[in-house]
Amino acid sequence: MKNLIWRAGAMALIVLFLASCAAMDTVTGVATEVGVQTGTISRQQGQSIKKSTKAVAKSMEDFTPEQEYYIGRTVGAIVLAKYKALPDKRANAYLNLLGQTLAQASDTPELFAGYHVLVLDSDDINAFATPGGHIFVTRGLIRCCRSEDALAAVVAHEIGHIQLRHGMKAIEKARMTEALTILAQEGAKSFGSREVAQLTQAFGGVISDITNTMINNGYSRSYEYQADAVAVTILRRVGYNPGALTEMLGVMAKQMKPGGTDFAKTHPSPENRIAELKESGKSLSGAETPNVRKQRFTKALSRL
Amino acid sequence: MYRSIFMVICLLLLSILLMNATAAGQKVMSVQVKEGQLRATPSHLGKIVAKVSYGDRVTVSEERGDWKKVSLNRKSQGWIHISALTSKQIALRAGQGNVKSSVSGDEIALAGKGFNKEVEAQYRQNNKNLDYAWIDRMEAIKVSPKQMDDFVAVGRLTPGAEGGKR
Repeated sequence: MKNLIWRAGAMALIVLFLASCAAMDTVTGVATEVGVQTGTISRQQGQSIKKSTKAVAKSMEDFTPEQEYYIGRTVGAIVLAKYKALPDKRANAYLNLLGQTLAQASDTPELFAGYHVLVLDSDDINAFATPGGHIFVTRGLIRCCRSEDALAAVVAHEIGHIQLRHGMKAIEKARMTEALTILAQEGAKSFGSREVAQLTQAFGGVISDITNTMINNGYSRSYEYQADAVAVTILRRVGYNPGALTEMLGVMAKQMKPGGTDFAKTHPSPENRIAELKESGKSLSGAETPNVRKQRFTKALSRL
Repeated sequence: MYRSIFMVICLLLLSILLMNATAAGQKVMSVQVKEGQLRATPSHLGKIVAKVSYGDRVTVSEERGDWKKVSLNRKSQGWIHISALTSKQIALRAGQGNVKSSVSGDEIALAGKGFNKEVEAQYRQNNKNLDYAWIDRMEAIKVSPKQMDDFVAVGRLTPGAEGGKR
């Protein structure tokens, strides 16, 4: 009887520590080990406790920035299987300068391999951002921009998707658990070829979840509105006129073909986005775009 | 008998908690970007005083907004943005001295493991239609701090615009 009370007491203490400690997994590991050693719990019980806390701890955060970078590279390669890159050095250099200036004013200025922008050679109105910081903007969408401020709004919207990790959030829960379970198995060992094959399969699944959402179905409306809100914040911080976003959306509304396969399919209508921005109460007023900015914009994109 | 076991458990758990507390007091963090810069002032405009790389362990001595003043090996010191750091320990190679199998994956991130170059290569083997040449080319486009400063100044934008969770 006395033994039972002590056992119960020891178990209660372990549970209490598990619940209260932030470094849950280490404590669980050690505590279960202690439990097993002292005979308060069986080896099997110990294993299952370890497993269940592992499962709880699994989330998007368990992917390292390095892994998100590799996910991003392949997502980008799939975008480039659908759209061709535009090999216009001047335009790409200008967009990278603009993109990196904007990214520094985001809440995630530092990514594993930084932010990079590429123009896509297509009349479609479209843009994409990968979890690895690759941003793609079509010629068609750039043509909807009348000023650097408007183009900044487009790029800042894509940075918004990266900052809010919308790409990673498109991974199905079951897939996430599956992938992270394989990743957890590795411990400190090196991978053999069987594990690489298994990992590659999980990787492929993750990629298709993201590209299906990003390219084919589109993010939820709320994600688009959130990215717009981030864009307005970034534009204001950098000194662009946030009103350029609504101005660009206005042009887009006129140029978009109804029922088109591009932006129209994967985004809320420009009109709804404008309405949402106005409703959000964020101030969209700003100074007129100075001439120097207009000139360099025209010059950099003259060949588009 | 069980009384003494109970005491042992108590002591063990307490010591684990204390160990964690000391670790938090020192605030050692890891660099989680491929290449990071330590700057003289807490701003992206600050002069670069040293470079850090993925997995470097740095000690935090001061914080200002989203910037942390850190030192690497007690030699180089400077400011770095919080998004370049993680509280996890990053083990550069599996089987390296600091990787103990008893430490869980939640405190340690194994660099180069998981979805990595090797997995990408295997995926590319299976998907030969994919071309990564432009991914490599776009990643190679570099923008220097000077170019960015000029871009901001000429365009009459706000110098040193900073983000951060407010």
